[in-house]
Amino acid sequence: MNYKLGTWAVAGLMAASPVMADLVFPSLSYRTGPYAAGGIPFADGYADYFTLLNERDGGIGGVMTRVLECETGYNTEKGVECYESTKGEGALVYQPLSTGITYQLIPKATADDIPIHSMGYGRTSAANGDVFSHVFNYPANYWNGASAAINHILDLNGGDISGKKIALVYHNSAYGKEPIRTLEKLSEKHGFELSLLAVDHPGQEQKSQWLQIRREKPDNVIMYGWGVMNQVAVQEAANIRFPMENFIGIWWSGAEIDVQPAGDKANGYKALALTAVGDDFPLYDELRQYVVDTGKAAGAGDQLGTVPYNRGIYAAMLAAEAVKVAQKMHGTDDITSGQMRDGMENLVITEELMTELGLPNFGPTFSVSCQNHGGEGLVAVTQWDAAAGEFVTISDFAPTDMDVIQPLIDEDSAAYKAENNIESNCN
Amino acid sequence: MFYREAGDFSTTYPQDSQTFPIKFDRWRYYAVLFVAVVVIPFMVNDYWVNSIFMPFLIYAIAAIGLNILVGYCGQVSLGTGGFMAVGAYACYKLMTGFPEVSMFIHVLLAGGITAMVGVLFGLPSLRIKGFYLAVATLAAQFFLVWLFNKVSWFYNYSASGQINAPERDTFGILITGPNTEAWATYMFCLIFTIFSAVVARNLTRGSVGRQWMAIRDMDIAAEIIGVNPLKAKLTAFAVSSFFVGISGALFFAVYLGAVEVGEAFGITKSFLVLFMIIIGGLGSIFGSFAGAAFLVLLPVLLKIIGVDWLGWPTDIVAHLNLVIVGGLIVVFLIAEPHGLAQLWRVAKEKLRLWPFPH
Repeated sequence: MNYKLGTWAVAGLMAASPVMADLVFPSLSYRTGPYAAGGIPFADGYADYFTLLNERDGGIGGVMTRVLECETGYNTEKGVECYESTKGEGALVYQPLSTGITYQLIPKATADDIPIHSMGYGRTSAANGDVFSHVFNYPANYWNGASAAINHILDLNGGDISGKKIALVYHNSAYGKEPIRTLEKLSEKHGFELSLLAVDHPGQEQKSQWLQIRREKPDNVIMYGWGVMNQVAVQEAANIRFPMENFIGIWWSGAEIDVQPAGDKANGYKALALTAVGDDFPLYDELRQYVVDTGKAAGAGDQLGTVPYNRGIYAAMLAAEAVKVAQKMHGTDDITSGQMRDGMENLVITEELMTELGLPNFGPTFSVSCQNHGGEGLVAVTQWDAAAGEFVTISDFAPTDMDVIQPLIDEDSAAYKAENNIESNCN
Repeated sequence: MFYREAGDFSTTYPQDSQTFPIKFDRWRYYAVLFVAVVVIPFMVNDYWVNSIFMPFLIYAIAAIGLNILVGYCGQVSLGTGGFMAVGAYACYKLMTGFPEVSMFIHVLLAGGITAMVGVLFGLPSLRIKGFYLAVATLAAQFFLVWLFNKVSWFYNYSASGQINAPERDTFGILITGPNTEAWATYMFCLIFTIFSAVVARNLTRGSVGRQWMAIRDMDIAAEIIGVNPLKAKLTAFAVSSFFVGISGALFFAVYLGAVEVGEAFGITKSFLVLFMIIIGGLGSIFGSFAGAAFLVLLPVLLKIIGVDWLGWPTDIVAHLNLVIVGGLIVVFLIAEPHGLAQLWRVAKEKLRLWPFPH
């Protein structure tokens, strides 16, 4: 009981601090735990972009931005604590970078009128904006990823993969299970044989899965991994001499740090991508000038240009653009989270806009609407060049098989709608 | 001076055998209850309930449950996470299967189902004990998590394997789902916590509890003096799992709202609850509360001090958190191996003599 009283006093003081007029972007990051390898650069990129906006432009539309960082350790309980402790500060949009936390926040944030942007993760059927009014997963979702991987395999095989064996190595969680239904549909459509290999959290133990791959000799392996699981998988694939060019990871399994431990043997490993690779963009010069060189970079400031860092930049850029749209729509600079939602729903990303921002060809072009919160789902493919130590884009942002994905989205979101008695958002 | 037996006369047997024989203790207990039931619900907001009170109350129930098994009956269990998962999934299936039934009934039934599963996994305890039993319950932990991952009936065939708590009420007040009021979820959990604590306290004071403790202290001697080990051990497993199941159901339905079995009910959860009762004090109801408070509130407190007050980077604070909590556990176990409950007991002994200890 004494502890309770102590914390009462602490939070009383906390609640007393004043709230300033600014745009608050909570960053539910994880710089610790088995998934920190991906969490750190993403959080750095996310924070650095807003720092750049503050330093260079004085915020967005004249209102300063503030990134509230809260450590979740990829743990859902801490995620709840972070959400509750940050939402009162005027949070505009949540990007939890964790499918588990996203699932938890979907109903809560909807009730609190705060949008969630689960960029390339979270609940895939949230692409149906008619049901999920406050959840956005543009520019692409897990099912686009599964389809993009199959499309790439189709391209390599001249459009015919019937009778091929494809294995899915996945993180045994909501995240890893998401693509299974899509891949099953695709296997019916294209006639390939799908085998499923689950890897339990945190993913350090994969010997038996790769032994099975060695025995079954699948033609291709698709991986939905995250954190330490990626490094182990690439190493195991190298150990059994699995041809790396037949090994495709989702965008969460395609960072430099995932392939570097395997050295030259990882050469040729492929990964899907949501953003362009490298730091050869005008924006990065400004980042160096305003943020890194002035010592204002988040974290160690050494992640510029890595895949997850770029994704953090991209996520922040999309959030900032949505703020601009919302400011224009509602005629106010200090927007609320509800206005932010409207901004996100009317976001259009064009090539001209990205060039103007100093990020030409950085990500896919897309537009969001009330019905479609997922964008067009364009996905690129990258390949690891071990000698150069970098990922190289080998196929540009290409469309995925929406004929298969859209019915699945409709089906899953309809089930959610019925289960929770949700009213249509778009009428 | 204030804390003493003198002047407090018992004239009836019930008075003589009440839980708190000392008047000061009794009033303190009523005061805590009063604050918890009447004052706090009017003061809490979402943050207080979801970050502090709810995890504390729910983990306290789990700790009480495990304390009955480990602290009172001496049967070491590492299956708490698995049993919490049983409670959560049972509650989910009941909630989705019978939407019109009150949440109270669902949570109690989920506890009942967990009790049955607990008895099943308690059967090996009749043959094995100590470390070997710990391994057997560890098997339960892994088996149950695997089961809920593997059989899609348990999660109603959803694509992701997650279970989501739909909106449910009791007496017309929303208890689960996003649109709940802070006080409603708090009161709901509080009622179960008080219920668990009172039931556990009275069970352990009565003949059943004495049988458990006899088994714990020396099972052969207990058998010779007429304690039926089959009955004693299995009732301990049943009662313990009942409480753990309730806490699992609340953890999923009221606290988190969406759960993934491997992440929420993994082996770390079993250890967490075990640490709670070791730090709090084995064989003590107060110890269960103290341990739960220690492990739930301390990280939050350290985070508030480190990040919000001192403005340190979040990762440093997260790492420091592990160091400090770990260090405190070691210090506590060296300084007071019987846990926080023993500190409390010693403090009460000293209070009795204060201010004239000689």
